[in-house]
Formats: sequence, C-alpha cells, structure tokens
Amino acid sequence: MALDYTVVQEKLTAKFGEEVKDFTNEFSMLAFEIASDKNVEAIHFFRDELGFNFLTDVCGIHYPDNETARQFAVVYHLHNWVENVRVRFKVFLNGANPEVESVASLFASANWQERETYDFYGIIFNNHPDLKRILNMDEMVSFPLRKEFPLEDGNRTDKDDRYFGRIPQNTNAN
Amino acid sequence: MSQILAPLTIEEKYADMIRQRENEDGSELSILNLGPTHPATHGIFQNVLLMDGERIVDAEPTIGYIHRAFEKIAENRPFYQINVLTDRMNYCSSPINNFGWWMTVEKLLNVEVPKRAQYLRVILMELARISDHLICNSILAVDTGAFTGFLYVMQYRERIYEIYEELCGARLTTNMGRIGGLERDLSDTGFRKLHAFMKDFPPAFKEFEALVSRNRIFMDRCVDVGGISAEKAIGYGFTGPNLRAAGVDYDVRIATPYSSYQDFQFDIPVGKSGDTYDRYCVRNEEIWQSMRIIEQALANLPEGPYHADVPDYYLPPKMDVYNNMEALIYHFKIVMGEVPVPKGEVYNCVEGGNGELGFYLVSDGSRVPYRLHFRRPCFIYYQAYTDMIKGGLLSDAIVILSSLNVIAGELDA
Repeated sequence: MALDYTVVQEKLTAKFGEEVKDFTNEFSMLAFEIASDKNVEAIHFFRDELGFNFLTDVCGIHYPDNETARQFAVVYHLHNWVENVRVRFKVFLNGANPEVESVASLFASANWQERETYDFYGIIFNNHPDLKRILNMDEMVSFPLRKEFPLEDGNRTDKDDRYFGRIPQNTNAN
Repeated sequence: MSQILAPLTIEEKYADMIRQRENEDGSELSILNLGPTHPATHGIFQNVLLMDGERIVDAEPTIGYIHRAFEKIAENRPFYQINVLTDRMNYCSSPINNFGWWMTVEKLLNVEVPKRAQYLRVILMELARISDHLICNSILAVDTGAFTGFLYVMQYRERIYEIYEELCGARLTTNMGRIGGLERDLSDTGFRKLHAFMKDFPPAFKEFEALVSRNRIFMDRCVDVGGISAEKAIGYGFTGPNLRAAGVDYDVRIATPYSSYQDFQFDIPVGKSGDTYDRYCVRNEEIWQSMRIIEQALANLPEGPYHADVPDYYLPPKMDVYNNMEALIYHFKIVMGEVPVPKGEVYNCVEGGNGELGFYLVSDGSRVPYRLHFRRPCFIYYQAYTDMIKGGLLSDAIVILSSLNVIAGELDA
C-alpha cells in the first residue's frame, strides 16, 4: 500500500493523539504541528516505523506576535525516499526560554543545522553534542534572525524608506 | 539567556590531547592550521588539524568566513531582489539557484510556465551543471598535480558563460529568469554558440578524460581515499553526486521532476564505495548525461512564448514601460512590491550542482517573505568532512575536500 498522506495522518494520530494537530496539505506537502517535547519521538517514529530515511532540513522561525508560549518554531522536513513522500512539521517553543531536544542522535545531519538554528535564533537544543555558534563569531551576543533585530542601523538619517511607502517588518510603524 | 558554558577553545582542547598523548607514548602531536586562506582549499574555510606526523588525528572545521546573512536580507526584500542573493550561493552554477528560486515563487503564486521556457531553463540548468562539475573535476586533477587537463577544459566553461551572456548579460552571478519564465528568448547568437559548444565540447572533454581518468598517479591519489558508506552518507545528509558516488540513486530530477525533466531520457550514474575516485567518475558521467539532456531539449524545443502571461508578476518590456501608461503602472507595482502575494508555506527543491538545493519560503502575504530558508547541500554534507579525513594523510584531506566540491558561498550563505 502506498504511503499517502491520509495513512501518515492516521498513524500519527493513533500514536500521538492530541499532541499532533493542525494538519494541512499545502502545495502538496503534508504539514502539521507537534508538541515540543515529542519531536525526538516523532522523528524516531517517522524514521523507524514509516521509513522516512532522510532529514532534509531543520530551521527556525520567529513569531514575535504570538503568545509567549509559541514565539519560536523549529521546522523539520523529512523525506521517505522509497515511497517518495515528504512531510514537514513544526514544534512551537516558549519565547522567553526556547528549548527543545536535539535530534542529532537520530540524524547526524541535524548537528550543524541545529547549531545554525541556535546561532540565529538562540534556540537551545538539549543534549546536542556540540552546541555553539557556527556561522557567526563566537563573541557575538545577539541572535540576528530574530525579528527584533533590524537589518540596518535604525538611526540612519540618509535613507528613510517611509517616503516610499515601505515599512520594514521588523521596525515600528512610526 | 545563555545556559551554555563557554566551550573549550580548539587550542585548549587540543593542548589537552597533546599532553595526554605525550604522557602515554611520548609521541609529539602538533596543531596545523589549514586555511582560512589556503590555495588548496578553494574557498575561505578553516580546519584546525591535530597532526601526528603526517596523519590527521582530529580536525575541527570553522566556517562562516564569508557569511553574508542572506536569510536576514531576504526577509527585507521583495521576490525580485532575492534572486541576486541566490546566485551568490553556489556561484559555480548560478542559473540552477536562480531557477530554483523562481520555481519556488511560481509554486507559491501558482504560475504555470510555458513549455518553451521550461525547456530553455533545462538547457541552462544543465549547462550550469556541466560548468559546476567541470571546475570540480578539473581542479581535483590540479590538486593531484595535473595542471594540463584543467587548461584543456577551462575554455569550455568560458563558452558556457558566453551563452549565459546572450540571455542575461552576466556571466558569473547571472540573476537569470523572471517569475513565469525568462527575461528574453535565447538569441540566434545564443543558439549558435550553444550548437558550437555542443559540437566542440565532447572531443575536448574526452581528451581530458583520457588524460586524467586512468592516470596512474591520479588513481593512486584518489582510489580508496575518503570513502563513505551509503548509510553514513544518508545520515550526514549527503545529496547529489557525493551521495550517488556512495551508491544511492537519489536525484531530485527523477524523484520530483520539475521544469519538464520527465520529458527527457537520462541515466543516473552511481558509484560504489563513495571514495574520491567514485565522486570524480560520477561527476564525469553526469556531464555526459547533461549533454544528452541538452541535445534532447534542443531537438524538441517547442515554439511558443518564453514567459507566462502573468502581468502581475512579470515585468513588462522596457519599450512599453516608457511609452505605455499601463505598462508603467505594472512596472512600478512590481518593482515596489505592490502586487498581491498569497499566504502560505512552500518547500521547493531542485537538483543543484552539489545536491538538493531547497527553498523553504514562508509568506505572510506582505511584499517580503516572512521567512526564507535555503537548504544548502554543501553546508549539510560538509559536516562529514572531519569524519572522512580522520586517520588519513594531510595530502588526502586536500583531495577529499576538492572532490566534495565545497563551495564557500553556499556553505556560508
């Protein structure tokens, strides 16, 4: 039986119940959300039970407008090469203290991708083999992909985008 | 915020290991800096090596020397301005990055690309693959001491760049394509140059292969050097030629065909042991397969428009912009990012020169992406490098690095 998205969804719901939710099928990829303490279990389940043998991608997203408990998300893309099925799922993390379990023990490729996510968002991956900055310098204190960090110095006076009707996303409207 | 203790610096870590080994058996380990700027690393990345004579005991890669925060910049730019960021990632095969980005946007905007544009894109992407693999393999030969082969084939990369020039005016950072197709049809001169390339390149490349592939010295340097098993390669997130050299026939062009790749007949070469020689052979064979694809695309190139009819996203011709009110309005709206963009999250991937090049685009309906993440194949598989060089010789480490085709721009984004 081919592994289509309804099968994946049924198996996931049977296994995780209430902790997996918000299934969507957008642009022909199944996406859902899972409780933040279940990410390792979920990836383990996908790898060993459903045959998703490849961790395509790990990355973070910052949602500063959400309530505190859901201000960060870590996004995982998984791929089953035999059935050629892809899924994407998110875990939402607390904005004040974003912490999640590392999956580097299941997929070695997660190692640097989690370091990158830590580097840019400050998301702590517990039990990561070597969690430190990767692309930015070690002395840096900020996490530059968070939305509160403007791309440019806000005090620049020679360049005011407001005159062109542009308001960058990460600055105040006035 | 930071619950993490400052980790030991590499020097401190290695100083401990050196002392320990000295106490154990009196051997004298030493630390060697390979890079950040070293002619043999072909890019700016550093490896701090712990050496026992000429053998590598341990290695610690440091990357990020040309990090340019593309993901942050992309959150502040409309779609058209992001294209110039993508071709600065893998600058050896920029058209693949460009079209990969356009296909992501087209998926989000639900734009259907006409057949002719799809075929032309395939031609350009395969030319890019040829130039990417060509530089990798010929430089691998240079790193083993064979300079001549490199000179034989390098002029053909130049010929490929001239074909790019006919389409977009640029050579290295091409900024090619538009939403829905191409900025212009390939000119007659472009087709002439392409046909001339198709005729002249195979003999030259055969000559290169005859010089290098079965060369005794080259084989001694490459066979059984830096091998990686299929399971390990998958675990480390290998894709592209490096994975196929390990014997796994995963190719995005076959798994999820895009831009009409399903119309073409071509083979996916695979290696066996995943060593440097296999990687070299896989890339060589992929060049021949790319030639096959281009031949088929040229033979079956459909007539018709070279871009989709999407005035909301496709820039109107300059002539109209200056003479026609409506075109001017559309031009203004597109450039200022005032066109409607749907909300949604889309992941799209193409087979880049080094593997699965993915774009994860989160759009919140505004003029700029809410989040754009590039899945850079180099970045993901380079973490296996430490594992591959441990226990080997320093000279092998150079050859392995060269055969992995790590492009600094893609590594650091």
